[in-house]
Amino acid sequence: MTSLSFPNLLEPRSPMRFVPLAILVAVLATLPFVLPNVWYFDVAIRIAANITVVIALNLLIGHCGQISLGHAGFFGLGAYGSAILTSLYAWPPMLALAATAIVVGLLAWLVAVAILRLQGHYLAMATLGLGIIVSIVLTNESAFTGGPDGMSVPDFAVFGLRIAGEKAWYWVFAGLVVAAVVFATNIVESPAGRALRALHGSEIAARVVGIDTASFKTRVFALSAVVAAVMGSLSAHYMGFITPGVAGFSKSVELVTMVVVGGLASVWGSVFGAALLTLLPDVLAHLEGWETLAFGMILVATMIFLPRGIVPSLVAFFTKKEG
Amino acid sequence: MFQFLQLFFTGLTIGSSYALAALGFSIIYNASGVINFAQGEFIMLGGMIAAFLSLAGVPLPVAVIAAVVLVGLVGLLVEKLAIEPAGKTDATGIVIVTIGVSMILRGLVEVTLDKKNHALPAFSGTTPISVLGATILPQSLWVMATTAVVVIALAVFFGRTRWGKGMLATAHNRIAAQLVGIDTKRVLLASFGLSAALGATGGILLAPIATTSYDVGIMLGLKGVVAATLGGLGSGVGAVAGGVLLGLVEAFTAGYVSSAYKDAVPFVLVLVILVVRPRGLFGLGPATRV
Repeated sequence: MTSLSFPNLLEPRSPMRFVPLAILVAVLATLPFVLPNVWYFDVAIRIAANITVVIALNLLIGHCGQISLGHAGFFGLGAYGSAILTSLYAWPPMLALAATAIVVGLLAWLVAVAILRLQGHYLAMATLGLGIIVSIVLTNESAFTGGPDGMSVPDFAVFGLRIAGEKAWYWVFAGLVVAAVVFATNIVESPAGRALRALHGSEIAARVVGIDTASFKTRVFALSAVVAAVMGSLSAHYMGFITPGVAGFSKSVELVTMVVVGGLASVWGSVFGAALLTLLPDVLAHLEGWETLAFGMILVATMIFLPRGIVPSLVAFFTKKEG
Repeated sequence: MFQFLQLFFTGLTIGSSYALAALGFSIIYNASGVINFAQGEFIMLGGMIAAFLSLAGVPLPVAVIAAVVLVGLVGLLVEKLAIEPAGKTDATGIVIVTIGVSMILRGLVEVTLDKKNHALPAFSGTTPISVLGATILPQSLWVMATTAVVVIALAVFFGRTRWGKGMLATAHNRIAAQLVGIDTKRVLLASFGLSAALGATGGILLAPIATTSYDVGIMLGLKGVVAATLGGLGSGVGAVAGGVLLGLVEAFTAGYVSSAYKDAVPFVLVLVILVVRPRGLFGLGPATRV
C-alpha cells in the first residue's frame, strides 16, 4: 500500500490515522453554522450522498479491479423501490427501504455469481447492460413510475419521527458519510480487509494463499450495490421528486469517474473525488454549453497528470519531498 | 410475410451500421485491450461533419470523403493527445480517459456546430424500391453494400498486407510482436485512425435515414460495444455477425413486441450471452474461468 504511505496520517495502523477523520467530523459539524442558505445545504447533501456511494464503489473498483458501469441503476432501483412502495402501497418508509435494499442486493449477487467467474471486463459489460435496462424500464412503466415525467415521493419517517427539510436531512447524510469512512478505513484491518488488500496487490497471489477471490468480489459487488440502493432510497425521500434520469448511464459514468479521479483504493480519494465532481457542474454552469467540453478536459488531464488519482498522487508527491 | 420482410430489411440496415461500429471497437480492443467508449462519438462526428459540409454547399461525394478523412485524423489526434500521454494509468484509467475523450468530442461539436438535428441528403434519391411486396430505401442498399465492401477490404488488409498482419500480431502478443520488429506504438496509433474512419463511415451512411445530432454517439457507441461483445470481443467475424444480429433482433422486437423496449433488447442480449456463452458467438478461445 505504498499509495497510502503519507507519514502517519493515512497509514492504517498509525496512531495518527484518526486525524483526517477528526477533521472530517469537525468540518461536517461546523458546516451547518456557516452555510448561508438552503441552496448550499442541498449541495452539501448531494455531495454527501455521492461520497457514500463512491466509497463503497471504490472497494469494488479499487480493490477488486472490477468496473461497474451500472451503479446508477442500483441507485435508481433504490429510489423508485422506496417511492413506489411508500406512495402506491403505503408501506412505512423504513420497511420499503429495507425491502428494496434486500432485493437489489440479491439481484447484484445473482449477476455477480454468473459474471465474476470470468476474468476481464465482463462485469463492466453486464452492469452496463443492467443499468440501461433499469433506466428504460423506469422510463416506460409509467403506471408505476410516472414515466419520463417522474413521480413524487412522500416524506421519510422512522418510528413516527418525520425527517423533512434540508437542515434535518443534512445530519442524516453527514452521519452516513462518517459511517462509510469509518467502515471503509477500518475494513482494511479486518481479515476481510486483509483479503481485500491481497486482492488489490495480486489476485493470483491472493488465490494461492487461499482467498476465494470470486466469492469475495461477489460480496463486495453486492455490498456496493446495496449501499447505492439505500442512498437512492434516502435521496428519493429527501428530494421528494424523482425522474428516471437518476438511473441513467451518465450517472453511472459520473460515479466511476469520481472513484478514479479521487484515487483507486483510497477512501479519502473517494471523499475528494465525489466532492469535486459534484461541485464541478455547479461551478461550470455559467459556461453555458461548454460544461461537457470542460468536464471532459478535466477528466483527461487528471488521468494524464495524476494517473493514480488526486489523493494517492498528491500523497506520493509530498511523501517523496519529505523523504 | 410482407411485414416480416420489411422488418428484415430495416434490421439489416441498422445492423450493418452496428457492425461497422463493432468493427471499429474491436480493432482498438485488439491493438490495446482498451474498451473505447469514444467510438460512438466517431460515428456522430462522421454524420455531423458530412451534414455541415453538404449544408455549406460542398458536393455530397466530396463531403462524405472529407468527413471520413477528417474523423480518421481526429482518431489519430485522440491517440496522440490523450491515450498515449495517459500510458501510465492502468486499464481502468484508460477507460476513464476514453470517457473523457467522448465528452470532449461531444462538447466540441456542441459549441462549434450546433445542438439541432441534421439529415444528410440520401446518396441516390429516396424513391423506395419494391422487393417481394416490401419496400427498401436506396440508402439502405448503400449501407449494406458499403458495409460489405468495408468488411472485404478489412479482410484483405488483415490477411494480406504487412500492416494488417503487424496489427494482428500485436493483438496476439504485443511483446512477441515487438521482438520481430513491429512498431506496436504505431500500430496503436493506426488502429485509432482506422476505427475512427470506420465509425465515421457508419455515421455518414446512417445520417440520411436516421437524423444525426451532437448526442447520437452515446447510444450508437454502446450498441457497438454490445455487438462486439455478442460476437466475441476482438473477433472481426464476430463483430459483423453481432452487429447484424443486434439490428435484426431490434427491428423484430420493435415490429412484433414493443417499440418502447427496442432499445433495451441489446442490453438484455448482452446479459444473456455473458451468462450462457461468455466468449461471445465467435470468440477466440475460451474465456478464462476463475
